[in-house]
Amino acid sequence: MALEAVAQDEAVKKLTRNQVAWRAANEIPDGSFVNLGIGLPTTCANFMPEDREIVLHSENGILGVGPAPAEGEEDPELINASKDPITLVPGGSFFVHSDAFVMIRGGHIDLALLGAFEISADGDLANWTTENPNFPPGVGGAMDLAAGAKQVWVLTDHVTRKGAPKIVNKCSYPLTAQKVVTKIFTDLAVIDVAPDGLVVREMVEGMTLEALQELTEPKLTLAPDCKVLTAPAL
Amino acid sequence: MAINKVVQTRAEAVQGIGDGSTVLISGFGAAGVPTDLIHALLDQGARDLTVVSNNAGTGDRGLAALLREGRVRRIVCSYPRSAGSIAFDELYAAGKIELELVPQGTLSERMRAAGAGIGAFYTPTGVGTKLAEGKEVREIDGREYVLEYPLKGDVALVEAESADRWGNLTYNKSARNFGPVMAMAADLTIVEARNIVELGQMNPETIVTPSIFVDRVFHVPAETASAA
Repeated sequence: MALEAVAQDEAVKKLTRNQVAWRAANEIPDGSFVNLGIGLPTTCANFMPEDREIVLHSENGILGVGPAPAEGEEDPELINASKDPITLVPGGSFFVHSDAFVMIRGGHIDLALLGAFEISADGDLANWTTENPNFPPGVGGAMDLAAGAKQVWVLTDHVTRKGAPKIVNKCSYPLTAQKVVTKIFTDLAVIDVAPDGLVVREMVEGMTLEALQELTEPKLTLAPDCKVLTAPAL
Repeated sequence: MAINKVVQTRAEAVQGIGDGSTVLISGFGAAGVPTDLIHALLDQGARDLTVVSNNAGTGDRGLAALLREGRVRRIVCSYPRSAGSIAFDELYAAGKIELELVPQGTLSERMRAAGAGIGAFYTPTGVGTKLAEGKEVREIDGREYVLEYPLKGDVALVEAESADRWGNLTYNKSARNFGPVMAMAADLTIVEARNIVELGQMNPETIVTPSIFVDRVFHVPAETASAA
């Protein structure tokens, strides 16, 4: 089934962006220290599981990031990597930028959630430049996180706006880091990047492995216990 | 003689910044940007500047104004594009500004190295990417690292929450960001502080930037501060 067909097929229950963030947040183990990257990952702070204590790190010098503030409660000097207003949870702290990256590069961060332009079957990540001369590149903390975090998970739409696969055999855009991504959360599936290839652990309702494979370049394998990917309305 | 780093005028704050200077400017997004000092620099007239800052300015104030007036030859940053970074985007598309893109942790560590007298350092960040092309790579304990050199400023412009006449500083929340590391990485560190407090009034346990790193302090009360 081609993308157009998938997009129009009402039987395929694609996740919204908030639902992708919710699903990824609910995968994070209790007690983890987790960095949230610019874009979709920063919204995970709004959907953290209440039964776990997870400490969120922000590259601009914050441990203990909380959800977005109520309207009218925003503080322009309390922001996340996306420059959106946040709150600080009890126990949270502020520190200089170089210490924020000591935590990242020194291997103290358990997990980084990042966005992507492309991810390869080997776990290569490309997310800083499309080499468009009119569109400046922006690396931010992505290369530090990809090199320093113990694990890297990616949150992304399954395909580009034009319908091309973002999960590819080999990245066409310049790499952020090689062989770092271990898990991919998309609007259609949850995929493990395993040593012997990509394993589909969850798919949205109405999706088949054949249809998902058409939207994904590398070969997909279905996990024996593959589940339906669902999320509450958010 | 009593040490007093507090200057009384904008002109005095930025006096002596020469053409061709490398200027470190604190801030992440709009938080922690010393907007009044940037406008003082604009009025002061220095040209052909290299600016080191995480972002490349937004809207038409602060760094964006400095860019628009053609004062900046080169910018060293990690993430130039953002909502409203129109001044930079136009110069970039027209080929009128040089961009050195540096991973954010490498950017802060290069300045920390400059401040700490470190000659160079090896980092795993960027190995195997275009941003490491042409740089020395060394294997240490089975892992590859890229050689990076210090990044020193002739001048640092830093925003702080409170300062005393010695130049001790505290910051506010995530507006701290690059301030403390830039303050230690420049020959001349100029601070825009919202509050000036008496010497001894700050709790020594909570001073973030000790006075030794600061040269000038200019008082910009919150109610008169320019939005970034």
